Amino acid sequence: MNIGIYVIPVVLTIIIGTGIIKHLPVFELFLKGARQGIASVFKIIPSILALVCAVTMLRSSGLLDALISLASPLLEPLGFPPELLPLSLLRPVSGSGSLAVLNDIYKNYGADSFIGKAASVMMGSTETTFYAIAVYFGSVGISKTRHTVPCALMADFTGMVMAVLSSRLF
Amino acid sequence: MMNYIWSGIILLSVVYSLFTGGAAALTNSVMEGAKSALALIAATAGMMCFWSGIMEIAQSSGITSAVSRLFKPVYRLLMPDLADNEEISSAVSMNVSANLLGLGNAATPLGLRAMSLMHAENGANSASNSMVMFVVLNTASLQLVPTTVAVLRAENGSTDPMGIITNVWLCSAAALIVGICSAKLLENRRGRL
Repeated sequence: MNIGIYVIPVVLTIIIGTGIIKHLPVFELFLKGARQGIASVFKIIPSILALVCAVTMLRSSGLLDALISLASPLLEPLGFPPELLPLSLLRPVSGSGSLAVLNDIYKNYGADSFIGKAASVMMGSTETTFYAIAVYFGSVGISKTRHTVPCALMADFTGMVMAVLSSRLF
Repeated sequence: MMNYIWSGIILLSVVYSLFTGGAAALTNSVMEGAKSALALIAATAGMMCFWSGIMEIAQSSGITSAVSRLFKPVYRLLMPDLADNEEISSAVSMNVSANLLGLGNAATPLGLRAMSLMHAENGANSASNSMVMFVVLNTASLQLVPTTVAVLRAENGSTDPMGIITNVWLCSAAALIVGICSAKLLENRRGRL
């Protein structure tokens, strides 16, 4: 059962096929979208640079490993790999930061290792929660967000625990 | 917040390496990090551009609005007090379908429009139940195809970069259900939370 290899071909066929059936200028549309894509890539370069450097320093100073071994007596009995703690802490706060940590995890433990797989699932099934809350409520000037933060964090927590569980099972 | 996180990571790394005698390694790692940041950008940039090109076609061919029509009944269930307002419901469902397709650039403006319409409707300075539900939906990862993660996996030697997709769907769905149910359960509570 490997749906993964079919996702991209199917999506491409549906989207381009629909465009052609509707007589749309698909090539020009593609170029327009890709141009916007370049613009958003350029926009994230500075923050990626800032955070990848910081995470690389954290790793090479030995502090990251020290923190991981410090947390492991707490997390290991729960079945949660302490190597994933930095990612799960940074994920709700910073998109670039969690991408930097994810990249570091792949380089250190391998993308297909258990840690790498669980980290991939964690990254793919959660969002930059605090950023989204700040942007959406900030835009209308609401500071009383009531139950938003606890609900969003409960959802994130579920996603993270499930990422570890599902990577162990499948 | 990022001011403290970012400077905290760097300063604590420096202090720790001074105590453990790893200053040389730390110096190298700054240069190494700058290089691998650009490698990370280079690895993901092509696919990001390709995907946003494809999604531009999706949007123009009406796939986003078709998906948003599918979502309408669900939306009525989640935010019943706004179901009659056609303008808000279409902004909300377009935002959700843009999120499903991974159209971050399109999703945010639609979401902000939905928020300002909801704010105009209730006028209070505290979030309404529907606003909370809507933002909780936006803090869940609805994206169906995790392209950036897959590209980064491929770049780091994964033999099956998209192999994580069923797990991602399972975990996103679980997180989403918890988010929705907790928002529904907590919406009648008064006071600070």
